[in-house]
Amino acid sequence: MVGFGWTASILAQELTDAGLQVLALERGKFRDTVPDFATTHIQDELRYAVRHGLFEEPERETLTFRNSIDQTALPMRHLGSFLPAAGVGGAGVHWNGQTWRFLPTDFKIRSHTEERYGKKFIPADMTIQDWGVSYEELEPYYDRFEYLCGISGQAGNIKGQIQPGGNPFEGPRTRGYPLPPLKRSAATMKFDKAAREVGFQPFPCAAANTSQPYKNPLGVQMGQCTYCGYCEWFGCGNYSKASPQTTILPVLLRKNNFSYRTGCDVTRVNLDSSGKRATGVTYVDLQGREFEQPAELVILCAFAQHNVHLLLLSGIGQPYDPKTATGVTGRNYAYQITSSVDVFTDEIMNSFMGAGALGQAIDEFNGDNFDHGPHGFIGGGYIVLWTTGGRPILQHQLPADAPKWGAGWKKAMAKNYLTSASIATHGSVMSYRDSYLDLDPTYRDVYGNALLRLTFDFHDNEHKMSRFITDKAALIAKAMKPRSIKVNQRDGHYSILPYQTTHNTGGAAMGSDPKISVVNRYLQSWDVPNVFVMGSSVFPQNAGYNPTGTVGALTYWAADAIKNMYLKNPGPLVRI
Amino acid sequence: MGCQGRGMKARNEAVSPVFFSEPELRFVEAATERLIPDEEDGLGAKGAAVAVFIDRQLAGPYGLAETWYMQGPWQHGTPEQGYQLKLTPAQVYRAAIRNVDSHCRQTYANKSFAELAPADQDNILHRLEKGDAELADVPAKVFFDMLWQNTVEGFLADPMYGGNRGFAGWELIGFPGPRYNYINEIEQYGKPYTRPTVGLLGRDGTKVRGG
Repeated sequence: MVGFGWTASILAQELTDAGLQVLALERGKFRDTVPDFATTHIQDELRYAVRHGLFEEPERETLTFRNSIDQTALPMRHLGSFLPAAGVGGAGVHWNGQTWRFLPTDFKIRSHTEERYGKKFIPADMTIQDWGVSYEELEPYYDRFEYLCGISGQAGNIKGQIQPGGNPFEGPRTRGYPLPPLKRSAATMKFDKAAREVGFQPFPCAAANTSQPYKNPLGVQMGQCTYCGYCEWFGCGNYSKASPQTTILPVLLRKNNFSYRTGCDVTRVNLDSSGKRATGVTYVDLQGREFEQPAELVILCAFAQHNVHLLLLSGIGQPYDPKTATGVTGRNYAYQITSSVDVFTDEIMNSFMGAGALGQAIDEFNGDNFDHGPHGFIGGGYIVLWTTGGRPILQHQLPADAPKWGAGWKKAMAKNYLTSASIATHGSVMSYRDSYLDLDPTYRDVYGNALLRLTFDFHDNEHKMSRFITDKAALIAKAMKPRSIKVNQRDGHYSILPYQTTHNTGGAAMGSDPKISVVNRYLQSWDVPNVFVMGSSVFPQNAGYNPTGTVGALTYWAADAIKNMYLKNPGPLVRI
Repeated sequence: MGCQGRGMKARNEAVSPVFFSEPELRFVEAATERLIPDEEDGLGAKGAAVAVFIDRQLAGPYGLAETWYMQGPWQHGTPEQGYQLKLTPAQVYRAAIRNVDSHCRQTYANKSFAELAPADQDNILHRLEKGDAELADVPAKVFFDMLWQNTVEGFLADPMYGGNRGFAGWELIGFPGPRYNYINEIEQYGKPYTRPTVGLLGRDGTKVRGG
C-alpha cells in the first residue's frame, strides 16, 4: 500500500484477513489518539487550523496550478484551497466526518442525462461519463463503511420506503444508520424551522461523530462526541470521530501479517520490461536513502492527486493530452464549487459548541433531484447549516457593512460572534476536456521529480448551478428572520488561495471503457493488472456531496474483488 | 456581547523582542494598535500584546516559511495562483517596515510611522490596504494582508503564543476558550454560556509558553 490513510487501512484489514502479507509505506509519521490528539493540547486553533499542523508540507511536495492551458502554471507555495494530510491516518484524522452516499443517478450521469434531457443537453467539452458500477452494487459497501465508522444519522429511504425525518432523496438503503443523529445546535434548529417554512424537507446530516458510545464490527470501542467544536483540521482526543485510528488500527496493528514503515516516500511504481506488470515500488527514507520494495500487488492509497502523480511518474496509462484529447492518466480532474450565505441575528447561538458533521441540510437541489430542463445546467448540491464550531480566528462572520479593521471591526466582532451562523452550499463539478493533471515542465520536488501540474477552472455550468442553489440558500436565510444576511457567491475563476474543500477528484477515472478510464470498475489498472488505485482519484467527475463515504464504499468493493476474484486468478478482472 | 477586560494590569508588562529590532517593534505596536484599537476597554491589540505575538511568530517556522515551497523560478502570477514571492514572512515584514518608515520620514518631517498622529497612521494603513502606496521592496497589499491576518491571529489565538493576553480577544467576542464537553449545554438554546474563560494553559491568560 502506498500511503496509510483510510483506503490503506480498510484494504489492509481485509487483505490480511485473506492471508496476504501487507506492507503500508507512509511518507509522514506515526500518529495516534494518545498522545498526538490529546485534549490537553489538540484544541489549538493557531497551531492546527491556521498553521496547518497536521497537513502535508508544500516544501516537500506540492503541485503547480493554472486556470487554463494558455497560462503558465505556478507552484502552490503554501496550502489554501485544499488541505491534504501527511501521517498515518491521512486526512481521515483531520476530516469533519461529513458522510454521504452519492445518488443512484450520479453513477450513471451521462446515460441518465442523455435519456432525460437529450444528448445535446451535455456541452461538447463536458467529459462526464458513467462510473461502470451502480449505486445498487455499492449499497452493501456503503453500509459496511457506515457501520465501521458508527455513523450517526437518520435514514431517509429504507428499501424504497421513505422514512420521516431523513433525506427523502437518498438512494434506497438496506437498513438505518448504526447511531441516531447528533444533538442539534441552536443554529441548525433555526435552519430546520426556516427550511420547512419555505417548503423544503430538511434532515440531520449523517455524521462520523458518534452520538453515543459505540463498538464497531471489528470490536473497536468509540466514545460519545462532546461537541467540543474542534473537528476539522484537528485530531479527536475523545475517540468520537471515525478515523483509521479509532476504527481499524487497534485491530490491524496487532496482526503478524501486517507491517508499516513511516518516513518512506514512494516515488515510483516499478514495472518489468513488458510494462504490464509491477514488480514493486521505489521509496526514499528519512535519511534520503533509496530502496526498492518488491511486491506482488501494488495498491495506490495516497491522497487523490498524489496517486495520479505516481501513475504519471511511473508511466502507467497513457498520459492525457488535452490538445488531442487522447490518453487517460490525468484526465477528468474535478473539485467542488461552494458558496455561503451568512446570517446575522440577535439571538445567542453559541456556535463554539459544535461537531464536524453537526448539520441540517436539504437535498432538493442536488444531482438530478429536480428538473434541470428549464435551467440549462447539469448537477447540483446540498444546502446546509453546519455548526462545526466557533473557533475565533477562522470561524467568525461579519456583515457586509462591517469595517475591515479598526474600532468598527471590533464592535462588529463583539456584536456578531455569538449571534451569527452561515448556510453553505456544496455543489458538484463536472469533468471537462481542459480540466486535467499532468507533469510540470519547470518545477521539481525535493527529489528532483517533476511536480504535478493542475489545470482547472470553474465553467459556466458550475457558475450557473451554484448561483441557482445559492439563491435557494438565501431564501432559507431570509426565512430565519435575521437582522441581515450576506451572500458570498463563488464568482469568477477558481482560486487556489482561499480554503474551499479538500475534495479533489479524478485523474485516474474508473469506467467500462479503457479509452476513457485508467482503472476498470474494480479499481484495477487496465494497463498493469497488479496495480489498483483507491480514493477519489477514480471519480470520473464529482457529485454534490463530500467524497469520503463513496471512497470508503469503493474501497470495500475493490477489496471484495481482490479477495474473491483477483487472488484466485490474478490478471485482468474485466476483459474487453 | 463580551464582558469587560480582566487582568489589564498584567497586560502592560514590557517584553524584549526576539525577532524585531526596537524600531521595528515600535512600528508593529503602532500599526496593530490602529488595526484593533484598545479604546476604554483595553480589549485591543495593545492590551492583547499582539505585537509580542507577531514578533515570536516571525522568529519561528512561520516567519521562516519552513513548510512553504520556496524553490524558484519566481514569476508574477494571477491572483488565483496565490503567493509567488521569494520572500519569507519575516523578510516581508522587515522590508515593508523599512520602506514604510522611509516613506514616513520623507513625507512627515522625519517622523517614523510610530511617531505619527493616529489619523495619519490610519491614512497610511488604508493606502497599504488598497495597494495605493508603492513600496520599493515588497507589494504593499501583500504586506498589509499579512499584517492584518497576523494581527487577527495575535488577537484571537491561545494566549500561550504571547497574544490575546489575559484573554482580551476572547472576552471581547464572548468565546470561552477551548473546552472539552458541551453535552449538557448544547441544547440549552439561547442561554448565555457563563463559565470562566480558559486557555490551553489554564485560567491564567497571561501565561506564555516557552521563552
